[in-house]
Amino acid sequence: MKNIFIYSLLYFFWIGNLVAQQTPAVQQTQAYSIEGATAHLGTGAVIENSLLIFNNGKITFVGKATAKIARQGTRIDATGKHVYPGFIAANASLGLVEIDAVRATDDEDEVGSMLPHIRSLIAYNAESKVVESMRPNGVLMGQITPRGGTISGTSSVVQFDAWNWEDAAIKKDDAIHINWPGSLTRGRWWMGEDPALKLDPKYGENIQKIVTYFADAKRYLSSNQKRENIPFAATKGLFNGSQKLFIHANGEKEITDVITNMKAIGIHNLVLVHAKGAENVANLLLKNNVPVVIERSHRIPEGEDDDFDLSYRNAKILMDKGITVGIGMEGQMERMNTRNLPFYAGTYAAYGVEREEALKMITLNNAKILGVDSFVGSLEVGKDATLFISEGDALEMKGNILTDAFIQGRKISLETHQTKLWKRYSNKYKTN
Amino acid sequence: MRKLLLLCSLLLVMSANAQDYFPTNTGVKTTKNTVIAFQNATIYVTPQKKIKKGTLLIKDGKVVAVGKKVQIPTGTKIIDVKGKTIYPSFIDIYADFGIAKPKRVRSNNRTPQYDASRDGYYWNDHIRPETRATQSFKFDTKKAKNYLEAGFGVVNTHLQDGIIRGNGMLVALNPNASDAYRILENTSAQYLSFTKSLQSRQSYPTSRMGAMALLRQTYLDADWYAKGHVKNKDASLAALNKNKNLVQIFEAGNHLDALRADKVGDEFGIQYTIVGGGDEFERIADIKKTNANFIIPINFRKPYDVSNPNISKNIPLSDLRKWNQEPTNLAVLDKNGVNFALTMHSLKSMDAFHKNLQKAIELGFSKESALAALTTNPAKMLGSTNIGNLQPGSHANFIITSGDIFDAKTTLYENWVQGAKNVINDRHIKDLTGSYNLALNDVNYTLTISGKGAKQTAAVKLGDQKVKSKFSFKDNWIHITLNEANGYARLVGQTINTTNALQGTAYDDAGNETSWTAVKQVKKDKKTKKDKKKQKKDLKPFPVSYPNVGYGNYEIPNQETILIKNATVWTSEAAGNLENTDVLISKGKIEKIGKNLSAKAARVIDGTGKHLTAGIIDEHSHIATSAVNESGHNSTAEVTIEDVVNPNDMNIYRNLAGGVTTIQILHGSANPIGGRSAIIKLKWGENAAGMLLKNSPKYIKFALGENVKQSNWGASNTIRFPQTRMGTEQVFIDYFQRAKEYDALKKSGNPYRKDMELETLAEIINKERFISCHSYVQSEINMLMKVAEKFDFNINTYTHILEGYKVADKMKAHGVGASTFSDWWAYKYEVLDAIPYNAAIMANQGITVAINSDDREMSRRLNQEAAKTIKYGGMSELEAWKMVTINPAKLLHLDTRTGSIKIGKDADVVLWNHNPLSIYSKAEKTIIDGAVYFDIESDLAKRKAIQTEKSKLIKMMLDAKMGGGATQMPKKKRNRNFHCDSE
Repeated sequence: MKNIFIYSLLYFFWIGNLVAQQTPAVQQTQAYSIEGATAHLGTGAVIENSLLIFNNGKITFVGKATAKIARQGTRIDATGKHVYPGFIAANASLGLVEIDAVRATDDEDEVGSMLPHIRSLIAYNAESKVVESMRPNGVLMGQITPRGGTISGTSSVVQFDAWNWEDAAIKKDDAIHINWPGSLTRGRWWMGEDPALKLDPKYGENIQKIVTYFADAKRYLSSNQKRENIPFAATKGLFNGSQKLFIHANGEKEITDVITNMKAIGIHNLVLVHAKGAENVANLLLKNNVPVVIERSHRIPEGEDDDFDLSYRNAKILMDKGITVGIGMEGQMERMNTRNLPFYAGTYAAYGVEREEALKMITLNNAKILGVDSFVGSLEVGKDATLFISEGDALEMKGNILTDAFIQGRKISLETHQTKLWKRYSNKYKTN
Repeated sequence: MRKLLLLCSLLLVMSANAQDYFPTNTGVKTTKNTVIAFQNATIYVTPQKKIKKGTLLIKDGKVVAVGKKVQIPTGTKIIDVKGKTIYPSFIDIYADFGIAKPKRVRSNNRTPQYDASRDGYYWNDHIRPETRATQSFKFDTKKAKNYLEAGFGVVNTHLQDGIIRGNGMLVALNPNASDAYRILENTSAQYLSFTKSLQSRQSYPTSRMGAMALLRQTYLDADWYAKGHVKNKDASLAALNKNKNLVQIFEAGNHLDALRADKVGDEFGIQYTIVGGGDEFERIADIKKTNANFIIPINFRKPYDVSNPNISKNIPLSDLRKWNQEPTNLAVLDKNGVNFALTMHSLKSMDAFHKNLQKAIELGFSKESALAALTTNPAKMLGSTNIGNLQPGSHANFIITSGDIFDAKTTLYENWVQGAKNVINDRHIKDLTGSYNLALNDVNYTLTISGKGAKQTAAVKLGDQKVKSKFSFKDNWIHITLNEANGYARLVGQTINTTNALQGTAYDDAGNETSWTAVKQVKKDKKTKKDKKKQKKDLKPFPVSYPNVGYGNYEIPNQETILIKNATVWTSEAAGNLENTDVLISKGKIEKIGKNLSAKAARVIDGTGKHLTAGIIDEHSHIATSAVNESGHNSTAEVTIEDVVNPNDMNIYRNLAGGVTTIQILHGSANPIGGRSAIIKLKWGENAAGMLLKNSPKYIKFALGENVKQSNWGASNTIRFPQTRMGTEQVFIDYFQRAKEYDALKKSGNPYRKDMELETLAEIINKERFISCHSYVQSEINMLMKVAEKFDFNINTYTHILEGYKVADKMKAHGVGASTFSDWWAYKYEVLDAIPYNAAIMANQGITVAINSDDREMSRRLNQEAAKTIKYGGMSELEAWKMVTINPAKLLHLDTRTGSIKIGKDADVVLWNHNPLSIYSKAEKTIIDGAVYFDIESDLAKRKAIQTEKSKLIKMMLDAKMGGGATQMPKKKRNRNFHCDSE
């Protein structure tokens, strides 16, 4: 009996190994030269017939293939293909939930409403099957964000090829996230109240709670308190500028209140998330240098008779006003859908945004918004060699077919739980 | 003389009242057989028959005679109502008067109840035909007063609870009589609705389609019971059979449900009288076609509070527009010859009744029809000849008014019911309303009196300045107190004969007396003809579109002859893609495909650089329906989505904009055996029947896995069989076995109880209906094929089929097709092994594979989802495209009709600006049966029109608000996103 137990344990581990996630790649030991591809730099610029060289995890050359410089290390002929900087998913929650319907796998929403000290990073599952499925689509980095409450917690930016969360982090505790209250509310019909939309009489009070919270935190931080207030201490970066405040807010009124109140309190590093109606207060955003992380384009318009393509045109509308726009992931089935990030950008491109600008939303713009643009987000010399080669236009479903991908110069596997099953069953039918 | 004799005999009969034989112990027995004559009135005997200066003679609660010349018996009490008008009192045919709504049964136990709670009745607690209104009736004096004040004399009331609700009763609103007198009829009609009883927690039905199926089965069972085939006693079925010949009144509440109710009725030869919702004007032709009598509430919405633009922008045009259009409903019904009665039902305040009615009349509803809708129409609907009119022999139910009852200025004085007087406004109180020049101590004030009867009030002004004052008018004495700067003035006075002048004595603070007079100013009508014309123009409502929402069509698109020139044609056939090719569409079909085609009178569309494809077909959709799941039983083969197609869903238009032309609306996955599907073409503007595919192949939804075993329904949902995959198999085997036995009995010619559920399942066994089965993991996929094989039929389609790739060989051998998601996974445990390569693997095994949506968002870009099969698994572009056109057509057995560009097929085509598999591609024109249902240019024009109409309506509402009318806060529409799991 005991033996059976041991055998089954052994069997479990053995099988476990078989279906385990991709082993993180080893550190880059030799240079790569990618030649002949159309390079989409992520800055808006494109180099046809390009040459890209990287070594020790960093890009050392970006230019025309006609450049007369020595190719280094492994040469990859990418003629007819495209090379891109790794895509970055903002406001994502990968690795915090594995299977939506299984509560035991759900770690995205902590109890409480003011939780700046709650950190997503330590719960981030670097070995998630969902995370690894990002890589064959070119999505190589993401901002892992807790959900719920008023102050949801603190996010971190990770890359998707790691043994553990420490390896994964490329920017620890990059931002704190707030869900800003809405100014409108509706009655609770189940309590017999009128379900009609009305002004929320508690809106002012709700804002005040946030303002007071930060004011108290600021006072705490500037004094010598003997007993540590853990949540207040967690907001330090907001006031010294090392951390950003992501505010999930909708409506012109709310956006205006966000900016005026947070500026007044001394929090200057602001990012708006979702930000419906931001186009109508664009000047305020521009004046205060506030970018917007918009939602996925694949949404049903909210209003019954909104233009059918209103959600598709969201990016165009904001960009026309000069606002810096990135794309975020929050929404229905967001974990598994994060691999569709390039297609959200593609759809925004179909509806008005110039293609390289659309690409920018998930590369350099998102890098800037997350504060990681000094080392990722574009194909530029000195930046991390986090990039990939695609057979075609990576913003297109039919073009997004990856041949190679690198994270910090490490050549990563493009296999996943899903490709394994694909091969396993394709082989089954072949041999049958 | 003979007339008099007849009259006498009539009187004799009528005085033989029921309670005459009751003993008296409080004094001597007295009788008051008073005869009353109302003289010199304008009398409406019926809406059509008006008598000027007539006499109405009543006795013992009945009309004895009415006419210009009426013989007055001696001893008659004579009431002179000169200048007044007498109408028959109104009837409210649909009320809950005196019958309290039962309280909802509550239970601490959250476990659902699947079985009936009663013994000796029907198996479903929501079927309650045995209910009798008299059991719970208690005359409600307060409510009666409200009704009387509004002019009503009789109400038809019942217990508004349940799907079949039993009998109602007809009650005269006679507060001082006993029930023995005032209950005119104790089984007035039978009532029905789609709403469940509050008195039971029994789950079934959870949906509209379930309620419809339940009604059908109940009728079948009642018939079976009547024929004596049932061994047990069933009080419900017995009562239903007994009520068969009564008027059947069905509460629908909106036009979609009205049509649904009528459909069920028609199937069983029952013409329901339908309680509408006030939105009949939105589909008036369909309403007329029902041939039903209608009972219509006049509950017009108030203007929305649009003063806050942040809120007002959340109100859809469809709501704004209804505020403007609703008041025309009665005129529209009337002009279209729909026979209807009016009801106060659903009206929050009875005060609104007359106001709304006046508004409707202003908008063209004729007064004669209004009166008929309140008197003779409801009477006729109930088969009563002695109410709603003032013919001899009828109940003496009538109102006395100062004039035209539908005029806002008219005062209702008395409402007589069964010959008993109810005073509403004392008709002896003079009407002083008007503007007076009040002279007091050489100062001229303006005195304005308004209001009715004893409630008349006044305001006093000196020049433009308001003077603080108090006013009362009682027992013909006027008291006015003025609060002047130099003190108080107290005025006492009376009218001088006519009401044109008032006069009396005034007292100041010191007690000094002086006289005062107030002379009525004659108002001149300042409105010019032009003003009136302008006003009339303003009243013209916005036109109704089909459906009556933004982007609705004012005219249903027509079939056209269209020649698309020089496009890349994706045939979805063996021919593949044809470059620089022309396609001619005519009479709804694809007539020619070739080069350099020409056709006379064809609309030519330049397709240069564009791509023409067959319309997209979505095998798995839940848009355009009012219900998705009937989750009250583990098998609901008796329900059908065809019953609940909702042609007004905006997602139809959005799907058209994504190039979708045909969809299968599937039942959800709440149970192993779900409901029947509806296959529709997205003919935006048509009604539900018009969208349904003609000669549609028959389908039913089955489901497997977590949803049917309620894995994610919470801890209280653990009692319904099955809770495991093991049990799921047995559900199928059980039902198919029973269906087989049922079918054998049916075919044997012996009597059998018709069972809608088993009928449907027998169709499957007989290969007349196809299964589309929601499926995830391989074990159960395999299982269901084995079950089907045991009963000698095939599963037609596995939908979702996320682990189909694991058993693709078995599926191929069985002959089942697959309709799958492109890349969904990880949302629940059973999709852990779902892979985006699924479609490709199955296709490579020779299975017909389609990509479906199950989602109103994804369905509008299925072209993109198809493109994912190129990325995942390396399908060719042509094969990928087939997965959203000809392949789903094959799965739906529609491949001979649609799904590809082939001569003779339905002209269901889409013109794209790019390769349709490209993310940069947009549908520019979506054509169904040769008619253009979406055009990207017209879409822009429609957007503009919506903005213009909204602005106009918002301005009108602001006018209404600034003008002081009541407003309501906007109700933002909550669009439900239906998935398989939707309740």
